[in-house]
Amino acid sequence: MKKLSAMSKMYLIFVFAVLYAPIFYLIFYSFNSGGSMNNFESFTLEHYAAVFEDSRLIIILLNTVLVALLSGLIATIIGTLGAIGIVSIKDKKMRNTLLSLNNVLIVSPDVVIGASFLILFTMIGVKLGFASVLVSHVAFSVPIVVLMVLPKLLEMNTSLIDAARDLGATKRDVLMRVILPYISPGIFAGFFMALTYSLDDFAVTFFVTGNGFSTLSVEIYSMARAGISLTINAISGLVFAVTVLIVIGYYFINKRSKSVATGGHR
Amino acid sequence: MRDLIQATVAIVIVCALLFVAVDRMQSAGSAGSKDTLTVYNWGEYIDPELIDKFEEETGIKVTYETFDSNEAMLTKVQQGGSAYDIAVPSEYTIESMKDDDLLIPIDHSLVPNLQNINEDFLDLPFDPGNEYSIPYFWGTVGIVYNPNLIEDHLTFESWDDLWDPSLERKIFLVDGSREVIGMGLNSIGHSLNVKDDKLLREATDNLIKLSPNIKAIIGDEITPLMINNEASVALTFSGQAADMMWENEELEFAVPQEGSNLWFDNMVIPKTSKNIEGAHKFINFMLDAENAAQNTDYVGYSSPNEAAWELLDEEVVDDERFYPSHEQREKLEVYENLGLEWLGKYNEYFLEFKMSF
Amino acid sequence: MGTKIMNKTAKGPLIPYIFWILLFVIAPIALIVYYSVLDLNGNFTLTNYAKFFTPVYLKMTLSSFWYAFLITLFTLLFAYPTAYLLTKTKHKQLWLMLIIIPSWINLLLKTYAFIGIFGLYGPINAMIEVFGFNPKQILFTDFSFVFVSVYIFIPFMIIPIFNSLDKMNPSLIYAARDLGASSWTTFRRVIFPLTIDGVKSGIQVTFIPALSLFMITRLIAGNQVITLGTAIEQQFLVSQNWGMGSTIAVFLILFMVLTMLFTRQKSKGGRV
Repeated sequence: MKKLSAMSKMYLIFVFAVLYAPIFYLIFYSFNSGGSMNNFESFTLEHYAAVFEDSRLIIILLNTVLVALLSGLIATIIGTLGAIGIVSIKDKKMRNTLLSLNNVLIVSPDVVIGASFLILFTMIGVKLGFASVLVSHVAFSVPIVVLMVLPKLLEMNTSLIDAARDLGATKRDVLMRVILPYISPGIFAGFFMALTYSLDDFAVTFFVTGNGFSTLSVEIYSMARAGISLTINAISGLVFAVTVLIVIGYYFINKRSKSVATGGHR
Repeated sequence: MRDLIQATVAIVIVCALLFVAVDRMQSAGSAGSKDTLTVYNWGEYIDPELIDKFEEETGIKVTYETFDSNEAMLTKVQQGGSAYDIAVPSEYTIESMKDDDLLIPIDHSLVPNLQNINEDFLDLPFDPGNEYSIPYFWGTVGIVYNPNLIEDHLTFESWDDLWDPSLERKIFLVDGSREVIGMGLNSIGHSLNVKDDKLLREATDNLIKLSPNIKAIIGDEITPLMINNEASVALTFSGQAADMMWENEELEFAVPQEGSNLWFDNMVIPKTSKNIEGAHKFINFMLDAENAAQNTDYVGYSSPNEAAWELLDEEVVDDERFYPSHEQREKLEVYENLGLEWLGKYNEYFLEFKMSF
Repeated sequence: MGTKIMNKTAKGPLIPYIFWILLFVIAPIALIVYYSVLDLNGNFTLTNYAKFFTPVYLKMTLSSFWYAFLITLFTLLFAYPTAYLLTKTKHKQLWLMLIIIPSWINLLLKTYAFIGIFGLYGPINAMIEVFGFNPKQILFTDFSFVFVSVYIFIPFMIIPIFNSLDKMNPSLIYAARDLGASSWTTFRRVIFPLTIDGVKSGIQVTFIPALSLFMITRLIAGNQVITLGTAIEQQFLVSQNWGMGSTIAVFLILFMVLTMLFTRQKSKGGRV
């Protein structure tokens, strides 16, 4: 493989610098003893200490991660199966209708989704709290998964499936051994985007939550009137650091175990 | 495929661990108490230590939930589904909640500390006899400005100063139709509660002349921006002004003479309450002089609690910018509930003003 | 043949998906349409629809489309080369993950950070001053609005493009080069057509939500840009006129369907 040219490298560095700039800005001020994101007075760790003292905030953080992971997982399953279903539909009109319906939640403003889900839940009599938030997050994450999986499915070569069938594979085998492995990059992309949707959502969660259940976003938005405390910066800094460590750690462990496995075959 | 299975298993395990952790932490917090109380308030609008103190004193476990606008809170209470025992809406929302029969009357015999509240803040038109609501914080709408960044003759004794040509692209307005249109009405000498198309038209036309001076129409983020001197002048609420001035000592606050808005955030017991007795206890607890003083210290807004004033720094309570005298308050008006039709009209005029940029 | 089998495997998977559509798409749409024909007192009316065709709302619709177009264009212009270069890196999956991670930090917080960065006394203006220029007003301009929007959407655009580039058969490119095609021709005739599905996906997840952006219109653009999303937000939360809010939402959904028709993904070959 050709090495990247200096220009290409510069370009990538620029993109990453922009993507991470606001995050480093937030983390920088989380060490500010001044109490706001304006003038940096002096270095302190007090905001990090405050995070660990505030058990309510920690519960909210854990709940946020729990809802994100779980809703991401469920939405990915429903969405992936849905996408496989959609491409198998022969009737073009039907297929386009489904795809349009799929996107309704992506285009609807959060307030509309939140308010209509709230009406829906109270109509059916669902108790507001963890369950209603989880279900809503699954609901608005499904379409993004479908949109991420679909292009992979569309470019998949049918001859693969035909070949598998000719070799005597069952329907199940075709799904598990041919289709899913091929579209797995799309599935992962869908899952990660679902996480993004879930972690960022404020309005929908606000409307459908209740009975003491809260997520970080709801908490942050409702702080705006009296000023967001740097404890939130500190908690974001921690979340960011842990996420990066997990991702990098997982990547290299995974890589190593894979190379060990392939090495063993030789 | 192995990747997919591995990842799924990992996620499920992490979720299970998180679930257990949350469960543990929650049960550790509420050890042995069956009595719970759900408080619905703005974020950072109470000293969390007071909640701990209340829990210790009464044995009631408090669940604290937050909202970011009166209207959003109202929607939640209307729909039910969650048992809020205490909410802290602003006065115009209290009026509409009363009209919609969403509030439970407060039994004054259970709230002896009500005597601590200054009588100027009791028995107001939006809730005669304080049948449904008890004052929590109050304030005005005025102008925050940095005297070092603008010309000396601008003191904002009058709203007209905003129209001064030297302020081109220097003003922030708060993103609220009642505040901005109200300011427009005040500036031409009318009440900020008018229901008259002609006057609203006049006020909007006058506001459109202001648009060259406007830098942005924004919400709560006005606080960090003013602290950072991003603009020289801002129309905002007194409580936020106090926050800004705490961080940026160059800033000044003025309420123009023609009049402005006087607002209240009051504690109410919504119909959704399942612990009415506990709610009364909570209200009484917050009215206690010492607690109210501690809360005022933490939040930084103006307190209606006369007994608490004694305990606060004199500098704070004697500051007429944030605790205007009885006479100064005469000129201020409380928002009346306009009804949806007129509220809609205020918003249409506000939209027209916004589109005039 | 193979296609029929695919059909059969597919009926089962569709069930939870169809269930989801019925409950969380059809039901809310029904509610929105129902509310859109109600006036403030809950009586049937078509005035909301009539109001949408007044100059104020039409102007807003046009400007919404214009900004969504700009945002999508710039997102694509920056995302495509990024995705392309990422596929050439050694640890490409890891780098891709590192593109996604920033989007997991709360958007409101990042927006506040941008307010600080773009501010008159922020790092950007400090840099401008170092080079001897006067501080510029960056916040509350069209530029900052488009910039932050592109920032928000760029991972959504990079991922589908990355995925379609990644599995592309490199021998196709070699073949094109061997046949004497220039880099540009190779890109135009071989690479781009093969990744068009990914690009279309990216456009869908950028353009459509860009029509309903709301928070940053206020925070970053200071309400100098008003989108359809902002208007709906205001109608629901401030005016409490759910009728008018729903009417705008109905139009938004119609616009979305039109966008979908324009970026429809054609299925290739003999499959379906």
